[in-house]
Order: sequence, then structure tokens, then C-alpha cells
Amino acid sequence: MNAPTDPKLLERSAALQGMGDSRLRKEDARFIQGKGNYVDDIKLPGMLHMDIVRSPLAHARIKRIDKSEALKLPGVIAVLTAEDLKPLKLHWMPTLAGDVAAVLADEKVHFQMQEVAVVIAEDRYAAADGVEAVQVEYEELPPVIDPFAALAPDAPVLREDLAGKTEGAHGKREHHNHIFTWEAGDKAATDAVFDKAPVTVAEHIFYPRVHPCPLETCGCVASFDAVRGELTTYITSQAPHVVRTVVSLLSGIPESKVRIISPDIGGGFGNKVGIYPGYVCAIVASIVLGKPVKWVEDRVENISTTAFARDYHMDGELAATPDGRILGLRVNVLADHGAFDACADPTKYPAGMFHICSGSYDIAAAYCNVKGVYTNKAPGGVAYRCSFRVTEAVYLIERMVDVLAQKLNIDKAEIRAKNFIRREQFPYRSAFGFEYDSGDYHTGLKKVLDACDYPTLRQEQAAKRADPSCPTLMGIGLVSFTEVVGAGPSKMCDILGVGMFDSCEIRIHPTGSAIARMGTITQGQGHQTTYAQIIATELGIPSEVIQVEEGDTSTAPYGLGTYGSRSTPVAGAAIALAARKIHAKARKVAAHLLEVGEGDLDWEIDRFKVKGDESRFKTMKDISWAAYHQPPDGLEPGLEAVHYYDPPNFTFPFGIYLCVVDIDRATGETKIRRFYALDDCGTRINPMIIEGQIHGGLTEGFAVAMGQQMPFDAQGNLLGNTLMDYFLPTAVETPHWETDHTVTPSPHHPIGAKGVAESPHVGSIPTFTSAIVDAFAHLGVTQMTMPHNSFRVWQQLKQSGVAL
Amino acid sequence: MPKKLLTTKVNGRTIEKAVEPRTLLIHFLREDCQLTGAHIGCDTSHCGACTVDIDGRSVKSCTHLAVQCEGSKILTVEGLANGAVLHAVQEGFYKEHGLQCGFCTPGMLVRAYRFLQENPSPTEAEVRLGMSGNLCRCTGYQNIVKAVLHAAAKLQQTQTQKQTEAV
Repeated sequence: MNAPTDPKLLERSAALQGMGDSRLRKEDARFIQGKGNYVDDIKLPGMLHMDIVRSPLAHARIKRIDKSEALKLPGVIAVLTAEDLKPLKLHWMPTLAGDVAAVLADEKVHFQMQEVAVVIAEDRYAAADGVEAVQVEYEELPPVIDPFAALAPDAPVLREDLAGKTEGAHGKREHHNHIFTWEAGDKAATDAVFDKAPVTVAEHIFYPRVHPCPLETCGCVASFDAVRGELTTYITSQAPHVVRTVVSLLSGIPESKVRIISPDIGGGFGNKVGIYPGYVCAIVASIVLGKPVKWVEDRVENISTTAFARDYHMDGELAATPDGRILGLRVNVLADHGAFDACADPTKYPAGMFHICSGSYDIAAAYCNVKGVYTNKAPGGVAYRCSFRVTEAVYLIERMVDVLAQKLNIDKAEIRAKNFIRREQFPYRSAFGFEYDSGDYHTGLKKVLDACDYPTLRQEQAAKRADPSCPTLMGIGLVSFTEVVGAGPSKMCDILGVGMFDSCEIRIHPTGSAIARMGTITQGQGHQTTYAQIIATELGIPSEVIQVEEGDTSTAPYGLGTYGSRSTPVAGAAIALAARKIHAKARKVAAHLLEVGEGDLDWEIDRFKVKGDESRFKTMKDISWAAYHQPPDGLEPGLEAVHYYDPPNFTFPFGIYLCVVDIDRATGETKIRRFYALDDCGTRINPMIIEGQIHGGLTEGFAVAMGQQMPFDAQGNLLGNTLMDYFLPTAVETPHWETDHTVTPSPHHPIGAKGVAESPHVGSIPTFTSAIVDAFAHLGVTQMTMPHNSFRVWQQLKQSGVAL
Repeated sequence: MPKKLLTTKVNGRTIEKAVEPRTLLIHFLREDCQLTGAHIGCDTSHCGACTVDIDGRSVKSCTHLAVQCEGSKILTVEGLANGAVLHAVQEGFYKEHGLQCGFCTPGMLVRAYRFLQENPSPTEAEVRLGMSGNLCRCTGYQNIVKAVLHAAAKLQQTQTQKQTEAV
């Protein structure tokens, strides 16, 4: 759609606050006045509170559970254990990854803080008292914490419930602690390239276990109405429709009588995709007790038990020519999935989209192999602000390209430019089989290098390296990432058999205002603002009168939810196409009103006008009224549409990030001098919101790279599960961000948009590592494991002999 | 557990209520006073989502007992606006896109309200330090800093106007 130039048209267009407008957010009014409605704000009459008894041990057999003391306490109503759930067959539940997970520990605990029993009481204090009073006797078993040790022939058997099962959800199980082995690419062709390659590099890269840690923890309020046979559950879920389907399958209550509502969500970042034991127990408790039951986890529970991310041990190899042209990529990964395989990936992809690991580069031969194993740690493996395992993939390839550049003594910008997929190669089919929709990496790289005056930075670095008395080491990080988002085409992507489409329903009211509902759910992304902008541009109705609603399964059309940067690529497309159905009908109504043929009409911003006669037109407001009062013969009244969008392909946002760090040689403290982020998310709907999303993603990336980790001791104790230990940066540590963009629309998306919120997380993490390692590159260092906190960096300074 | 009578003022309204001595202030506000603006994010006074203002100080109400507020004046996010007129900090957060999921926002606003009285014309670095008791997972703080500076400018302007009118 070409932008108008006539001032009157511009004014009319601007009044709509459509796509491209930095419209202020519709959702803010309630949040800045303390009127948000989060799960813990919900209070129902007679509501009870649930709290959870958890295991202090990582691996143990449960000998005995004694509820009696707890039940004597004032306010305690009930205590439920696996034994109580057994008759209902709810002591185990299916996971999204084709495994099963214990709802309450059934004879054995598999990780520290695992759910063993629940206490339901009149208020949260009484429930906590009850938890203290439940006596559990354990017999300790040897814990398995190291995923490599888990595969030793004599390793303890973790999952006794799987005894004798040699077939897993993703093929043959080779060992009692093995979950799956998944491959992509062409192994024989890749091996052949490596056998003949003049240059090869290899690096072991560990991506530590981290936690998404949204500020609001997980929780729900379950309310079963025994008279009507209806279950309503308010829940912190990024995918309420999927939750409804699973709850219906588990409970036997018809899906039509299950209502799942995701109200305001205090951040998700992948943590709120899965279905957790707490939800199931609260629902069961409500059904059993006939009263609403609230469960809200505390921070320790959140970090310890609800879905973690990453924990990938990756061996990367590149084959190349002596002048730095990459010929082949080979990757072997050992993935620590914890006690149950509860990754939230499209069902057919146990390693998610990890095979995007050929990155932005034209690599002819590639192969990857990911092996998943059980350990005595909490289950998870979610996409922490990324599309399924894309963060790990991008980290791998960007580190490997740096390693190759170092080995060949080629500048890291030059080696990238040399290997980029060129603009004219799109759509580009990667060696792993993805079809990249569009990209222009060279333009982005040049823009960033120019903006940061890259040659001068390198000169400064060289001068500092030449000066032995310089108190700092200077590092320059550079990353050129490509993401794969918008899962996804249902021929490839499903969750428990449901295709990963998304949906939109739009109703235009007689007076020209509108209500629109989608299958996604905002958690801070600003859908209520941006979705309205798409409709405003498509239909010529002001954003201000378009009401956007999501998250209530009783009113919204079925959709797969918001994660993996799929809202704009999938639901955004559904919105545009639903609007276009309405647009087509509106044209018929306008032709009828103006007594001309449909072909005699031109669309202009907010109206249809008769070709060649400016004075004869009907606005969308006129048409809306007419659609309800005088539709043409043969056309049904009303003006609404539903669209379910099954994307033909993924979208491939990309970016070029540059970071400059100064490391204090005495303390290891790293100062982020500059961080420049250029993103290309295709068509931009609301630049203000995009920039906000990028700031947020960069900050989460900073947290992961510089401080977040979930360390375990040999007994399986998580050493640091409060915000005292787990690093969430404050405004003081957080760097200042510089943002920039190019626009390369997706050719297959109705409005050309690709999705953005996760790019900065995916792209920034390897950029920080690239910068930190670069500071030591002249000393022969090629790899440093995250997080790059001062202590670790100081250890490297000592090891490299440059500490002051 | 025997209860204790608590008399305190919340957002200008006197509240008399019998509470268990162990009741945390955040629970008293959210469950007894129906003021659900302040949130619980960490339970250990690190995140600041529960920040309220007590007798002119920013306090993390998740680690403060309700009974400690006997005779105190408490201000929560719900008490910031003057009727339909938003406080400058609320306006700043809205106009500068200083919030996303909104969960940290009530604590941020109440802290900003107090911080700008402690330091009415802060630099960017002072804002970052002054707001560092409040964590945000969504915004990356850059727009929060802008929002607080926006509010500072607006409050200064209002102050100047008042002085001019007085003259």
C-alpha cells in the first residue's frame, strides 16, 4: 500500500493510527492506575488456597507421607498426594513433548523441589502452615546431575516408570536415561566435506541452564461449578486454548464446559507455556472440594521447578577454505532435559528449530545431531524469549564463525560478509531444509559498521593491545543472526496434534466501531494496541474504536497462543485476512449504496469512492450502518469475519549487533561501552513498541550472558533459587541501548511482518560473548563459558596472565 | 492466632482492622484493603513490585508486617492520581512507553513518586540509581528512565507555574 502524499489524505490516514504509527498503548491506563487484573488479583467467593509440599532431595524413594498433623491445623481443609490422584488417573500427566510427568511424586522424587503433596486451606497462611506439618519420609537414591554421566552404562535408572520402554516419542531409546536422538541435514555429505576440507575448527560450547523468570510467577484460580458441570480456570498461560484442550482430555469434562481465561499476564518469556502440576492439583482440588481454589507459586518455586531453558552441551565444527569460505557445519549436542521431557516444542521437533544453526550463511553441507537425556533436575527446556531452541542455534553458529575467523586471522566482519546468503539468493533453501523468506544481510552489516566506525574501533583496540600498561582489555563483539519464527505451517508444526495455526474474529458494529478477538494472548507485547492498528489500516476504522480481546477461551477463536514470536507472523496474518474478508463484503455494500458496480469503486484510506467522481463515496462508517440495515439483496446482514491462518512458511527476522566492552584487568569487571542493535523484522506496525521490545530483549540477553545461571551441586541442590542469587539486572547495570533498523518485508506474509520481540534476546547473547572473548582473542582464547560475571572474567585474566 | 487491632491510613482513608501479627503488609493491602495494585514478585524484597510509600519512605511491603504500620500513612499506586487527573509519574510512564506487562509498574510508580521528592531534578545516572530497587523484566529500563525524567520536568514546570501564580 503506497503512503498518500496529499495533506488531506495524510490527515485522514493519520487519524486512523494504523500501521507505522507509534500509537501510545491502549493497555496502559489500567496498569498505571493499579487496575490490572492478574491471576493473584482474582478473588472468588469461598475461595480456598493451595500450597505445595516439595521434596528437599533430588532423587529419593518416598517411604511414607503422614498428613495427620497437617489436617489437625486450623484452616487446613485437605491434603492430597499421588495416592489420592491415582483413582482419577491424574497422578501422571502427558507433557507437550510426548513424555509423561508426575503431577505429584508417585513413589519416587526425581528432582529437588518436586511436588509431593498439596495442602488446601482457608487462607494462604494456613496452607503454608499445613505444608510445614506434612511429614514425608524419604530413602535417598544416588542423584544423576551430569548429563554425560547419565548415559554411563551403570548410571542409576532415573525413570523407573519407563522400564522396558525402548521406543520413545521420538524414536528408539538407547539407554535407560536416554530420551531421543534427533538428526537434521545430510551426515554423509557433511562428513565428506570435512574429510577433504583444507581448514577445520572445532569448539565445545556449553550453554548453561537459565530460567525465564518473569516478574509474575505462575498460578491459577480453578473454580468448578458442580451444578452446571462447568470448570472455569484463570491461569498464567501463554496458550489458554491448548490448556483447555489438555484439561478436557485429562478431566473428561467436555471442552465446551471448560473455560480457561488468561487475564493480564505479568510477563511470560516461555515460562508460561507448559502445564504445571500446580494447575492440575488446583483444578482437582476444586472439583473434589466444590470450591474455587487458588494456587500461586512463590519465587523459589518458580525458579526451582517451572520451566527452565537451554542446558545444551554443543560440539561445533566448521570446514572452510583457507580464505574463510565456509564449506560445512557439523554439530553434536547433548541436551539435559531434566527428569521429564517437558520441552515445549512443536511435536515433531524434539530439539525445536535448532537446525536454524547454519545461521545467516550460505553453507552447502550441514548436519546436526541432538541427544536428549534425563537427569535429576527440574523438567523444562522452553524457549526463553526465543523461538524453540533458536537461541542455542544462533549462539553455536555465531561462536563458530568467530572461532574460524580467529584461526584464519580474518576480521569477524569480513568473514561474515564473505559467507552471507546474498540478497538475490532469497528465497534461500538452507542445507537443513528451511526456506528463508527474505533477507539483506550485507546492507545491515554495512550500516552497523559505518554507524559505529568499526575501523576506528579496531585501531583503538590495536593501540591498547600494544600498550602493556593499559588498565583495560577492549573487546568488540559482532553478530549477524537469523531467526526462524512464526511456528508454524501445520504440515510441519503441531502441538499434541493441533496444527499451529492462529485465528482472528472481527465484528464491525452498526455504528462503525469494532471488536476483534484472537487466539493469542499478550503478556506485555501490546497486542491490544498493535492488532487494532492492523485492522485500522486494512479497514479504515480508527484504532481508538477497535477493541481487542484475547485469552478467554469462551469468547476468542481457537489459537495456539503467544510464544516463539508467533503472534505477529501468525495471528497478525489472520487479522489482516479476516479484515480483508470484511473489506470484500464492504465493497459489495458500498457498490449497492452508490448504485455502481464493484469494479467502479476505488478504496481510499477509509472509504470506497466512485472512480472519476470524488463527490460520490461511502465511508466505512456509512457502510457499517448499511450492512445492518440495508444490505443488498442476496447478501446476509452484518459485517464480521473469522479467519484461521495456517502459515505457508516460517518468517526469518534478522539483525546485526555490535558491542564494545572494556574489561578492568584488576577486577574482571566488564563495562559495556556501546551496544548497537540493528533489527529487521519486516514491516513495522508500531515503532515505539518495537523499540521497547528490543530494549527488553537486549536486557534479558545481557542478563543471560553476564550473570544468569542455575548451578547444581553433586547432590542436585540448586544453588541459587531466589532473586538474591539469580541475576536480574537493575537499571544501574543495564547498558544504554542504541537501536536501528532496515525493512525487508516477508514476501509470504499478508502485511510483510516477521515478528521482533525475541530477536534482541537471541542476537545479543552471542554478541556479548563475542565481545568478551574478543578482548582475549590476541591471547589465543577462543571460548569462554557464560555467564561472563566479573569473577569468571577475572579467572580468565589470571589464566591468560594479564590480570593486574 | 490471636489478632491485633491495626489502625492505619491508606490513600487518605482510615482503616481499622483486626489482623494476625504475622500478616505481611502486602497481603493486608491486597486482601484486606482490596488494593491489588502492588504485586508480589519475589518475597525477598529484591524486585520492588510490592513497593508502597509509608510515612514518606519507599517500603517493600512483602517484607514488612502490617502491624508495623500502626498510625502510619500509606500510599499505594491507587492513591497517586488526583481523581481523574493522573500524577506526573503516571503520565510519564504512559507517554514514554515505560511499561509493558505492567506487573512491576505500580511499584515503579510509587518509587518514582518518592524519588522525585528526594531528588526533584535528577540526572539519568541518578534516576538509574534511585530506581534500582525495582526490577523490570520487560522494558530494559531505558524508557523507564525517560518516564521518570519526563515526570521530573513536568513536576518542575508545575512548581514554577505555582510560584509564578503566587507572585
